[in-house]
Amino acid sequence: MEFIAVFAPLIGFIITGIFGTKMGKWPSIVITCGAMFAAAAASIYLFYAVNLQHAPYTTVLANWLTSGELSVNWALRIDQLTVVMMCVINIVSTCVHVYSVGYMSHDDHQIRFMSYLNLFTFAMLMLVTADNLLQLFFGWEGVGLASYLLIGFWHHKHSANAAAQKAFVVNRVGDLTLALGMMGCFAVFGSINFDVIFAEASKYADTDFVLFGQHLHAMTAICLLLFIGSMGKSAQILLHTWLPDAMEGPTPVSALIHAATMVTAGVFLLARLSPLFEYAPEIRVMITLVGTATAFIAATIGMTQFDIKRVIAYSTMSQLGYMFFALGVSAYSAAIFHLMTHAFFKALLFLSAGSVIHALSDEQDMRKMGGLWKKIPFTYIMMWTGALALAGIPPFAGFYSKDIVMEAAYASSNWSGQLAFWMSLAAVFMTSFYSWRLIIMTFHGKPRSSEEVMDHVHESPSVMLVPLFILAMGAVFSGAFFYEPFVGGEKAAAHGEMSAGHEEAGHHQPEVVPHESGGEDTVWARQSFWGDSILVLDENDSLQAAHHAPKWVKFSPLAVGLLGIIMAYLIYMTGPGVPDKIRRAVPALHALSFNKWYFDEIYDFLFVRRAFGLGRIFTKADRKIIDRFGPDGGATASGATAKLFSRFQTGFIYQYAFVMMIAVISLLSWFVFRAGQGG
Amino acid sequence: MMAFDLVPLFPELFLAVTGMAHLIIGVWRGNHSTHFIFWASAATYVAAALILMGVSWGDAIVLNGMFKFDNFAGFMKLIILLGLLASAALSVKYLDDEGVSRFEYPVLMTFAGIGMMLMVSANNLLALYMALELQSLSLYVLAAFRRGSLQSAEAGVKYFSLGALSSGMILFGISLIYGYTGTLDYGTLSATLLPMQSIPVGITFGLVFLLAGLAFKISAVPFHMWTPDVYQGAPTSVTAFFAIVPKIAAMGLIMRLLFEPFAPVSGQWDQIVWFLSAASMMVGAFAAIVQENIKRLLAYSSIGNMGYALIGIAAVSSTGAGAVVLYLLIYLIMTSGVFAVVLSMRRNGKAVENISDLAGLSQTQPMLAYTMAILMFSMSGIPPMAGFFGKLVIFQAAVDAQMYVLAVLGVVTSVVAAYYYLRIIKVMFFDTPAPAFDGALPFARRAVLTLSVVFVLGFVLRPSLAIVIAKNAAGALFAG
Repeated sequence: MEFIAVFAPLIGFIITGIFGTKMGKWPSIVITCGAMFAAAAASIYLFYAVNLQHAPYTTVLANWLTSGELSVNWALRIDQLTVVMMCVINIVSTCVHVYSVGYMSHDDHQIRFMSYLNLFTFAMLMLVTADNLLQLFFGWEGVGLASYLLIGFWHHKHSANAAAQKAFVVNRVGDLTLALGMMGCFAVFGSINFDVIFAEASKYADTDFVLFGQHLHAMTAICLLLFIGSMGKSAQILLHTWLPDAMEGPTPVSALIHAATMVTAGVFLLARLSPLFEYAPEIRVMITLVGTATAFIAATIGMTQFDIKRVIAYSTMSQLGYMFFALGVSAYSAAIFHLMTHAFFKALLFLSAGSVIHALSDEQDMRKMGGLWKKIPFTYIMMWTGALALAGIPPFAGFYSKDIVMEAAYASSNWSGQLAFWMSLAAVFMTSFYSWRLIIMTFHGKPRSSEEVMDHVHESPSVMLVPLFILAMGAVFSGAFFYEPFVGGEKAAAHGEMSAGHEEAGHHQPEVVPHESGGEDTVWARQSFWGDSILVLDENDSLQAAHHAPKWVKFSPLAVGLLGIIMAYLIYMTGPGVPDKIRRAVPALHALSFNKWYFDEIYDFLFVRRAFGLGRIFTKADRKIIDRFGPDGGATASGATAKLFSRFQTGFIYQYAFVMMIAVISLLSWFVFRAGQGG
Repeated sequence: MMAFDLVPLFPELFLAVTGMAHLIIGVWRGNHSTHFIFWASAATYVAAALILMGVSWGDAIVLNGMFKFDNFAGFMKLIILLGLLASAALSVKYLDDEGVSRFEYPVLMTFAGIGMMLMVSANNLLALYMALELQSLSLYVLAAFRRGSLQSAEAGVKYFSLGALSSGMILFGISLIYGYTGTLDYGTLSATLLPMQSIPVGITFGLVFLLAGLAFKISAVPFHMWTPDVYQGAPTSVTAFFAIVPKIAAMGLIMRLLFEPFAPVSGQWDQIVWFLSAASMMVGAFAAIVQENIKRLLAYSSIGNMGYALIGIAAVSSTGAGAVVLYLLIYLIMTSGVFAVVLSMRRNGKAVENISDLAGLSQTQPMLAYTMAILMFSMSGIPPMAGFFGKLVIFQAAVDAQMYVLAVLGVVTSVVAAYYYLRIIKVMFFDTPAPAFDGALPFARRAVLTLSVVFVLGFVLRPSLAIVIAKNAAGALFAG
């Protein structure tokens, strides 16, 4: 079953990649979408077989390479965490595939597009099913490649090419440290297989690296490197600049890669390696701070952008910040829970935005929208659903996941958790503010686009609306439905639900925590759900504490969220001049937000120009010094040698024979000479 | 030992019987049957490979000590059969196009193949010579196969006369060795040499002559002079055959000869191999730079590649031998792919052979250009293509044996060699397009090309598999 779930997209990619243009459009679409349906069905079955039956397993496909102590397999590690990720990836990917059939129908290269989507899905599945760091790295680079190909899909657009390159270069920084972290793991554990690493993590908790005479705490160093690696892919602050630009790609790509799946790879990585991060408390504080900063800063930027996709992109970044600080306070399962609900509602928002863009003949500027809600009511409802889920209004999915994340932060024993709670509370306000700003600017008020465009406005075809509907179902129900198993509270008499495998391998598992009032039978629902795939040390278990957070903590996000909606309504619906007045009242703050905190400008100044300057110096040095004595000199000499050799090649047999005889005689003379030397 | 056991010989016997049957069919039915004989021969190679895999792969010495079968022989024979199959598949359509589609061609290939398979199994200096001559005589004829062409005839004559000279050297070397040891049998030879305190100069001289003659067969510098001329003059399909298979058989022969009977005097031959290897790498890299004809270029490329393979022999270790076997396998597969492209270089019904004819191929025939580019990257040893791993294991073996000079020389010359491989890519992708080549590739050639590219690209997925197999095969040479 896991083979279908993982390899169906690869097969789809290979078939359509090679024969796509020969087969024509429809067979290619059927193959790519069919592969995704099969994969999605298989992963849902796995969810039943693995997560509900508590039976994780690993399938070894082949030995990949063996070199000295390093032995790496191609394997599929099918455990609870993996299967949750597989379900999210395959279901969202299937929706996006179907949606793309309609969205890209006017594009000449739709076949290529569909096969790239298949390739991406496969790479992402490879990433989540890896049972060792190298295979994970393979998937990691694979999704990077697919992302690069898809951002630059419209390669005639200069901005798309630039964005693709930016994404690639920025991600290299993260990939470098990820590779270093992998080597660090090998140095400490002598293996890069997860099983070995997880089993021995506690043993090496106090190991030091000695580097240039300095003692470094090994776990801290490794986790720092791995964390920076995940920052690149998950667009955390400092390495986030590529994500908004990545919106140059087609909208389905933004939905699948830059909202639902690839950018969450960093979150997955950290959750997967929870047994390591549990022993690196300093790094978890750092993760919390970075996540908090990302959530806050991205939300402020989102409030002032005008490009509909960029608003959602910054919102994605902000939500990723939430997931990261959840990881930072050891609430790994809450982070994955938020990852899942976010995948549904963010994909929904993006695809709805795509539907709007499609309706308006590729207009993305919200200043040129407005008054659309009567013309495209279905999209309008979908956008509301997504926005309600994003803002965390019950009973939508975001309410459950965002609240548990924030409660965990509040309940965390660490000061950084408190900071995260208050900052994210501010971000909640901004989130609902910009979401309704988006809805109001897009759908309400007077139409601001030209008559001609407005006449063309039409609801998208049903092939685009059905995926929206499915995602909307996810955005509405996934929160309430999965709350108990993913992050749920105590459950009495849960012995029956604990699998044999869970008990056998129970020594990594935190001891079953007896609740103050409950007896020894108490077991956390989430612990039996996740099994061994996530490790939380007892003293760090913030989720346990989260369930006992004060009532006001539970309700404040909701209240603040509603406040944000009301503010947006007052400002954008009542008077058209209000936004301008506010802008003039706080020009500095507005400029900071509108210009995205000047990250691009600072990077341009610090790195890009320096790099160009350095490049120029090297060019000169290269031409003047190295070329003259190095390659050019070498090339001239090589040319001369070549001519010398070819001069021997006269074509006359007697000369060839002569050379052979001379060679034999020289060899003989050499031996005679050596014999004479007494050798 | 005394048992008249022919089982290990079954593949060769099968080839010989079917080869002669094909000859009879050919004589009976004339040139109409060429196609049939081609495909029948191809089927025969497959069948022989199956038989080979069916016989027991344990060590066996039969025919009164003339013939030895072991893991090494088995694996080398499989590679040889693979090469024969690829060459046959590449040749059919080309001979049709050139109008020299004659039934003797596949039959000669089969006989040369028998010679090669016997070469890697030779366990006696006379058996060595017999097998070598069976192979060489078939090849002389093939080189001159396009009788009407002056170039082809010249190539045949050149190859034959220089080949005769080299055979003379081998025989002279054998006679010297026999004179000083009184035996031709590998086992006895090794037993005789082992207790010797100092090696008589006659044996050293014999070894020099023997190795010089064999170096001619693998076109190692300075016995390589025939190679560019013959490669250019012979019909391209014959060039492909020359480049792919006989090299491998001759390397197998040399490896068995040096690692088994002459292992005790490795201090002597080591220097010869060192010299041949260094010289081949240098000439292969530098002389290729100025070539304009792609067949000549590939001739120098094969000279250079033999130089790299010789590094592994000079290392005198089982790691080195394993590296050589792996290198030969990768070389065979890459070269088959490259020649599939070269054979497709036809314009207006005539074969074209200049590098400039490839100009702008990426625009006229993008698939062909991309596959060629992949193969060229692999030839120049750029990771993650298969060619990179071939070079990697060779250099690793050299470093293990502390032959730093050869290793450094190998790396430097492969950088120089990368220049001319990459130049082909540059010509294909960045030069103004020349007129398109004729038509599509025939099925067999396309199959060879596809398999070759798949191997080159897919090797990285399971590198350990081939490395382990090659190492086990070579291990047989060091077993006793």
